[in-house]
Amino acid sequence: MDDPLLRLEDVTKDYGERVVTRVLHGISFTLSSGGFTALIGPSGSGKSTLLHLLGLLDRPTSGRILLRGCDTGELGQHALGRLRGRTIGFVFQFHHLLPAFTAVENVMMPILADRGRADDEMRGHAIGLLERVGLADRMHNRVTDLSGGQQQRVAVARALSMTPALVLADEPTGNLDTQSGDQVFALLRQFNREQGTAFLIVTHDPCLAARCDRIIELVDGRITSDRSGGDGQWDSASDRRDGRCGD
Amino acid sequence: MPFEWIVAIRYLREGRAQSLLILAGVAVGVGIIVFLSALISGLQVSLIDRTLGTQAHIVLRRPDEMPRPLLERDGPVAVTAHVERPAQRLRSILQWQQVLDSVERMPGVVALTPTVTGSAFARQGTANRAVLIRGVDPAGFLRIIDVGSKITAGRFDITGTDAVVGSELAAALGLTVGDKIRLSAPDDRSEVFTIRGIFDIGNKDANERWVFVSLRSGQTLLDLIGGVSTIEVKVADIFSAESIAQRLSARTGLEADSWMKTNTQLLVGLRSQNTSSYMIQLFVIIAVALGIASVLVVSVVQKSREIGILKAMGTPTRRIIRVFLIEGALVGLVGSVLGVALGAGLSLFFASLAKNPDGSPTFPVDLNLALFLRASIIATITGVVAAAAPAHRAARLDPVEVIRYG
Repeated sequence: MDDPLLRLEDVTKDYGERVVTRVLHGISFTLSSGGFTALIGPSGSGKSTLLHLLGLLDRPTSGRILLRGCDTGELGQHALGRLRGRTIGFVFQFHHLLPAFTAVENVMMPILADRGRADDEMRGHAIGLLERVGLADRMHNRVTDLSGGQQQRVAVARALSMTPALVLADEPTGNLDTQSGDQVFALLRQFNREQGTAFLIVTHDPCLAARCDRIIELVDGRITSDRSGGDGQWDSASDRRDGRCGD
Repeated sequence: MPFEWIVAIRYLREGRAQSLLILAGVAVGVGIIVFLSALISGLQVSLIDRTLGTQAHIVLRRPDEMPRPLLERDGPVAVTAHVERPAQRLRSILQWQQVLDSVERMPGVVALTPTVTGSAFARQGTANRAVLIRGVDPAGFLRIIDVGSKITAGRFDITGTDAVVGSELAAALGLTVGDKIRLSAPDDRSEVFTIRGIFDIGNKDANERWVFVSLRSGQTLLDLIGGVSTIEVKVADIFSAESIAQRLSARTGLEADSWMKTNTQLLVGLRSQNTSSYMIQLFVIIAVALGIASVLVVSVVQKSREIGILKAMGTPTRRIIRVFLIEGALVGLVGSVLGVALGAGLSLFFASLAKNPDGSPTFPVDLNLALFLRASIIATITGVVAAAAPAHRAARLDPVEVIRYG
């Protein structure tokens, strides 16, 4: 049997040294290639912590995280960083773009950081991505000159620049107005369908979750439900206004 | 262009006011180093030039006569004996022609000339002055001490019974070019000379006492027919004079005095001047380093979120470190280029402020490429070293913390 893209085996995470707080209690699940998953749960349920573990930014207190069958706990910091850069893309709630750089430079940055040297092919690839997120005419602007929605679309393009197998998105639409949010969400869906990139989206928004293929719900550091979502056919902006959102 | 350079240059351009301030700081520091070095080495060069204007780099003469004790010094029996030191007569260097050949072959020696030097009296009417006869070969001697260019009247012509005297002596005896003067040496050897030139080499004692005559006249007057009392030597590198003197002494068995030995106080003075100059430079470098470090620390704090993002994207830690080291190096390099210009400008301005009557600057400055390169290299290395702490601070940033709370 093929190894799943990402497998969590009984993962726990504690914080604090004198007063130990267990944030995650024995989490196990797998993410398969090309999946489109929502991670929901109330504030403080451990979503962000889980996301950081999945993104190999942090290490679990116990349990194993396997990326394509490889135990990430056995990797050194440097190897882990390289693996992260090449396999996983991030979209944060606050776009977290580098303000000193233009849109196209921001999109190139992960490739540049990985290979160490800029070339024309890299630039062409970044321009192609920006065209796909509809920012062909803005690519040489400083990212600080772009609107919130545009910035988030640049962030999506950046997350995809290394053609990762998995993109982790933390409230990618949380800071945007409905229209921009829908635009960004539609882009994620589009890349998922066209390139087979797996997505895991952390969200508060049940409407957004409902449009994913699978919904994992986290409460108090435990998975309370893991079910398939809606069919993704929602044309949500109007639906939401009609209050027709939900399961 | 490599990732590290792209990011470093962009960050420096981004932090305009900060970058400009720190560049100014480095420039002022480097400017002070350049100015101070130029001024001090300029003063030292002119001081040494003035000292060596009246003396040869190395003077070779016969060792003093000493009676040979008849008892073995290290013998088993201790004998107390009083050994009287004899009065030293003027004696010729033995086989000086061969000695001349052997000195000439010593590496580092660029010119040498045999001379006879001894005391005499100069008489003009009833006036009487003690003088130092310097019997020289004019062509050879002028290459050792350039009296030719210090002639104030007449010319340096000492053929036959012609002589050249110093300005003080000329004034004391009321001599002008063309006048006659009687030189009397011990044992009633005396001769009348015609003054052909008067020199002023900037040293009162020499101006008062030196009388140049031809080597042959000197030998006759001082009763050293066919002999020479000293061999004066010029070397290529003036600071190697002492070591060459020691080697010459070992090779020829003569006593060799270098200018460094006869001017110990001057050298001690120069050395302590150098030490204080280095101390000042050291503290300037430390101040510059602290300035660069503090600006970069602030920059790391300001950019901690961006650094966290770069790390989250998989940027290797060593690349992040290099970004800040390059920033430090660039600040040091660019600042030092500005500083060299500033220091050079300041030096030239200072040199132009005060001038001697002959038009040469009172405070001569010594600006050269080596100094500029040294200052730039020091500033660049200082920049890299100063950036080390901020760079490691950046490297230690945990992307999770930054993303969560940033």
